[in-house]
Formats: sequence, structure tokens, C-alpha cells
Amino acid sequence: MSSAAPGRFDFMRASKDAALAAIIAAGLSFPILALRAEPDIDNRITLQGRWSWLFIAAAIAFAGRFVLALLNVRPRRKPATDEALPASAYRAARFIGPAGLALLFVFPLAMFAALGPQGSLKWIDNYGIQILIYVMLGWGLNIVVGLAGLLDLGYVAFYAVGAYSYALLSTTFGLSFWLCLPLAGILAAFWGILLGFPVLRLRGDYLAIVTMAFGEIIRIVLVNWSVVTNGDAGISSIPRASFFGLPFTAGPNGFAATFGLKFSPIHRVIFLYYLILCLALLTNFVTVRLRRLPIGRAWEALREDEIACRSLGLDTVKLKLAAFALGAMFGGFAGAFFAVRQGFVSPSSFTFIESATILAIVVLGGRGSQLGVALAAAVIIGGSEILRELDFLKQIFGEDFDPTQYRMLIVGIAMVMMMNWRPRGLVATRAPTIALGERRAISGALVKEGHG
Amino acid sequence: MDVFLQQLINGIALGSIYGLIAIGYTMVFGIIGMINFAHGDVFMLSAFIALIIFLALTQFLGLSSLPLVFVLVLIAAMVLTSLWNFVIERVAYRRLRGSFRLAPLISALGTSIFLANFVYVVQGPRNKAVPPIFTDVIHITAGSGGYKVTLSYKQILIVAVTAVLLAAFWYVVQKTPLGRAQRACEQDAKMAALLGVDVDRTIALTFVIGAALAAVAGVLFMLYYGVVNAADGFVPGVKAFTAAVLGGIGSLPGAVLGGLLIGLIETFWSAYFSADYKDVAAFSILAITLIFVPSGLLGRPDVEKV
Repeated sequence: MSSAAPGRFDFMRASKDAALAAIIAAGLSFPILALRAEPDIDNRITLQGRWSWLFIAAAIAFAGRFVLALLNVRPRRKPATDEALPASAYRAARFIGPAGLALLFVFPLAMFAALGPQGSLKWIDNYGIQILIYVMLGWGLNIVVGLAGLLDLGYVAFYAVGAYSYALLSTTFGLSFWLCLPLAGILAAFWGILLGFPVLRLRGDYLAIVTMAFGEIIRIVLVNWSVVTNGDAGISSIPRASFFGLPFTAGPNGFAATFGLKFSPIHRVIFLYYLILCLALLTNFVTVRLRRLPIGRAWEALREDEIACRSLGLDTVKLKLAAFALGAMFGGFAGAFFAVRQGFVSPSSFTFIESATILAIVVLGGRGSQLGVALAAAVIIGGSEILRELDFLKQIFGEDFDPTQYRMLIVGIAMVMMMNWRPRGLVATRAPTIALGERRAISGALVKEGHG
Repeated sequence: MDVFLQQLINGIALGSIYGLIAIGYTMVFGIIGMINFAHGDVFMLSAFIALIIFLALTQFLGLSSLPLVFVLVLIAAMVLTSLWNFVIERVAYRRLRGSFRLAPLISALGTSIFLANFVYVVQGPRNKAVPPIFTDVIHITAGSGGYKVTLSYKQILIVAVTAVLLAAFWYVVQKTPLGRAQRACEQDAKMAALLGVDVDRTIALTFVIGAALAAVAGVLFMLYYGVVNAADGFVPGVKAFTAAVLGGIGSLPGAVLGGLLIGLIETFWSAYFSADYKDVAAFSILAITLIFVPSGLLGRPDVEKV
């Protein structure tokens, strides 16, 4: 497939390429798409043919390749880089943060006012809280991946440590949420140091695999150490959080009665929303401030060039441990929040796919970019919630069609495409940590993305 | 002693499968220095392809000669899985050579997520039980207490097929122009390109060979366990990667040795300690090897260049 003369669309070549793509797609999908193995009533496995799928796949490949040729988007051999946006865009971007923040603070009240206690529940809980948990996790992981440049595939382990810390401390010793929240963070950070200490001497991709292994080990221990964790069944009836000592119950000492409101479960949900919002903002605040401290600069230097760091006398192991522990701490906070929100924890919430989702949020949003991570969390988590509601598609594709199954499929494709076309992520610009004179955002292409 | 012998047999059969997958990891790592995270899922995909071809041959075409079916399934799975990995390399990795270091790894992670969920969506979440084939066993000893040490035809088949394919593979790498090009690219891709080696083609063929061996492992896995599931790629993938690391990543005999060791460790661990924690054993070996002997048993030490 050599390149045609520039500026001229070679119809024959495009058709030939597209036909080849279609044949390959048909070949790829021949067994796996066109035939489905399904056990029948007698549990005897049989094949069902779906040959139309094969033609659809081939047609999509043909059209896709043809359009690609039409747009003359030839695969560039040079790795893609992103250009910085014009300066006016950055002046505009300065207002996105405060505006988004204001929107986030108003969101539950506006929803409540517009839809009432019943209608707003879904929006605040499924969208607001769920997205904010992942924003917080994304920001926590961003310290490790974005600032220090360490690829951590086992972040969910610290989330799990936080969740189980709160679940166990509250159900066994009756400690309150407000006492457990810092404890969960400290315990998660402690685990971060414990796990990080042996592995942080490893190079980037090895580190990724070992952290993934640790994430899985923690999950397997949670499943099998039934005496403490109650195994697969998990820990239920975890105490709810209270509003400065006022429980969210219908009784006379409850939150609603004290403030003279009519009792409604929405109060607790709105409270949880503001709680996770504050936790997420705390994560962001700490990250932004740390970048200006010597340790934050050292992290970024570490990401840029580890050998230079070592030559200049920085203790890289200590720096990496600090990043790992801090990221783990915020994961622990988020975990404690998760436990108090659900009232139930089980190992199935802490699988590898969860780590992959959080990493995908950081990668797709743009490593090191706080705004990008928040946007990616909103798109991925909000998107999967929207997929949950596309029930009408069942009428088109039949009863077996479950749109939520496609969430991770799309995330996987998005990760590959992002690496190919925008390797720096959605928001590909970074504000420089220190600048001489005017502070201007720079293209992410000028920032290395870590190798150690 | 009988238990020991039995576990030894089981461990070698399992280890052969891991060894076949591990070669795919170690070859790709050797040639482009990237951990092909999606390799475990390519293996899972090949098991599904094998299952479907097997059912198509026996149910649609009504073939009844088992050896013939087995050979046809093996060939079809190898060809189709190779095609898949060829396309994956083209789409997901080729343009990322020369990008920043973690880009191919993240792309591979995306591919892995895509493959697992693609198979999940198109084939459904249920376990697919394969009709039992090659069920005969040989009784080696009937020791005291009625414990019989058995060697099943399946296990013999697994070890035999693995041995034959490894020999063929060794021949390709050591004696053919393709193998020479591969070893040249592994040592210095730029110099190899200057001397007329088509680096892109060599790397693509490396992925194809890796996928073909993973497909053999997939067929044997399906045969051995009799059940496949879309989630089956992850854990065997990590274990095979562990095998590659244990043997010394980049070293082909190391991958086979590592595979056998991991298979043996896993079966003995399950038999004598705890089957619940057998994955923990494999994962711990991965961590311990990387921390204390990062170059593995047969690997060359990794020299950091400035």
C-alpha cells in the first residue's frame, strides 16, 4: 500500500485496499462472529450460525478503509504529536475550572429543585456521585502516573484496602466514619509503601505488571480469607455516615427532624454528593499544591529523566515511594467513601477491570492534566450509565442485547485509538510548573510521559 | 510418592501450555522490547476459535475421525489466530514504535480489554463445555491405598504436540533466513534495516509465530480443561508472562523452562498447600523474580544505557 500522488484520489487503489480490508475482516470474524457456541437445554454445546454478522463486519471494514482513503488519512510513520492550541484558547480555558466547579456545587440542588426528591435521586446518585468517585480515583492515580510517571495497574488494591478498612473497623469496633476516613487513607498509604518498597526499583513496564499482580493478590486474599473478610459474600450492613453526629434517619434525632425538613432519603444522597465532591477537590488541591513544592518538581523531573535525577543526587526510590503512598492514600479515602455509600463491600468490586478503567480515565484524559482526567471520568462513567438506559435498543437488536456489555469494548478501542492519534490524551496541554515571565500552557508533546 | 508422581505428570502437561504462550511474550519482548499485554487474550481467542472449528467439523460436516479433526482444528486455529495477531500488530502497535515508552503497553492493555470483551459480547458470558475427547488413560501404578497414578492420552498428546512444535519453531529461528532476520532485529533493529532486513515484516512475522504457538496452547488448553470462557485469557496470560520472566525474558529456551517450572510449581502448590491460593503463588513468583533476579534464569542482564 504505497502512497498515491498527493492531492489526487485514486479510486481504484482505495477500492482495492477497502476490498482487502473487507476480506481480512471476514476472515477474522469467520469463526468467532459468524458462529456462536451455546449450550442448549441438555447442556450439549451446539453452534448457531449468524452469517449476516460476517457480512456486516466485512461491510464496516470496507466502508471504514474506503473513508480513510477518501480523507487521505494515511497512517503516518512518525509517531503522532499534538500541537499546542492558540493562546486565546488558554485564556478561555482558565474559566473552565471555576465554571465547572460552580456547576458541580449547584448540580444536586438544581436537580432537586427541578425534578423533586424522587426524580433527582438517579441523577445525583448514579451520575453525580458515581462520576465523582472516579474523578477522585483518577486524580489519585494521576499523582502516580501523571506526575511521577509510574504506570500502576493495581490501583484498585488501595481502593479495596480503604473500603475494607472502613467496613471492618466500623462493623467490628463500631468506629465512626469520620474517624475511619483518615485511618483508611493511612492504612492504604501504608500498603502503598509496603507494596511499593520492593517493586519501585523496577523499570516502567515491569512495574506495571508487578503492580497488577499485587492488585490481584489482594483480591484473591479478600476472596479466600473468609474469617476476616467473609469471602465472596462480602461485608454488609456497614454503618452509614452521619452529618456531624446527626444520622440520616426518620427519627426525632435525625437530620431531617433537626432542621425541620420532611424526611427523605435524598438528604443523605445530597450529603454524600458533597462529601465526595470535597474529597475529590482535596485530592486536586493537594496535587496542584504539591506540584509547586520541591517534591512535586522532583516527581516531574523523575518522569522526564530518571538517570539525570539520580545523577543529581535525588533519592529516586524515596520519591517514587512518596508518590505511590500519596496516590494510595487518596485511593483509600475513595474506598472508605465507596463503602459508606454502598453499605456493602465484596471482592467483586475490586477486579482488575476496575484498575484498567481508572487507568483508562487517566490515559484518555491526558496524564498529568487534572481537567482532562475529570472530563474523561465524566465521559467514561457517565457514558456507561447512559448505556444502561438504552433499553429501547432491545427492540431493535432483540432481547439479548445488553448495551452495558459494550462499555469496556468501547473503552478498549478508545485506548488503542488514543495512543495512535492523540498519545497525550484528550487534554494534551500542560501548565508549566515554573515559568520565566508569562505563564503559558505548553503542548504535551514537550513533556515526556515517564519511563521509569 | 504416588501423589508426587501424579502431580509431576500434571505439572509437565500444564507447564507445556504455559511454555507455548510464554514464547509469544518473550519473542515480542526480545524484538521490540514491549510487554504484549494482549497475548493472554489472543490465547483465549484461539481457544474459542478452536472450539468453534471443532464443533463446525463434528456437527456440520460430521467428521468422526478424531485425529483428523484434531489436526484440522490445530491448523485452522493457528492460521486464524495468526491473522488476528497480524491485524492487531498492524492496527495497535506498528505506529507506536518510536512513540514514548509506555504507549505500546497502554495500547496493548486496550487491545486486551477489547479482545476479552469482544469475545464476551459475541460468544456470551457462559462457560462453554467442550464434549470430552481423548478420554482414555493409562494406569501407571496402583499404589497403596488405592491411589492410582494415571497418565491420560490428553497429557501425552499435549507434551508430544508441544515438543514437535518447539522443535519446528527452534528450526525456524536458528536455521532459516526469517530466524536470522529476527535475531538481527533483536540485536540492533537499525543496523538490521541498514543491511537490508525488512524490519516491519520481520516484526509482523514475529507476532504471527507468537500467535500460532499461542493457538496451539489454546487448542491444548481447550482439550485439557474441556471448558473455555471469555475471561480465561487474563490469568493464564499472567502466568505465561511469569514463565517468560522466570526463564529470562528474551530467551527462548528460558520461556520453555520457565513454563515448565510455573506449571510444576502451580500443581505442587495446589496439591500440597492450597488450591485457593495457587494464583497467588504464580503472582508472587513474578514479583520475586523481577525484584531479585530481573534477568531470570537464562536471560542476559539488562544494561541501562544513558
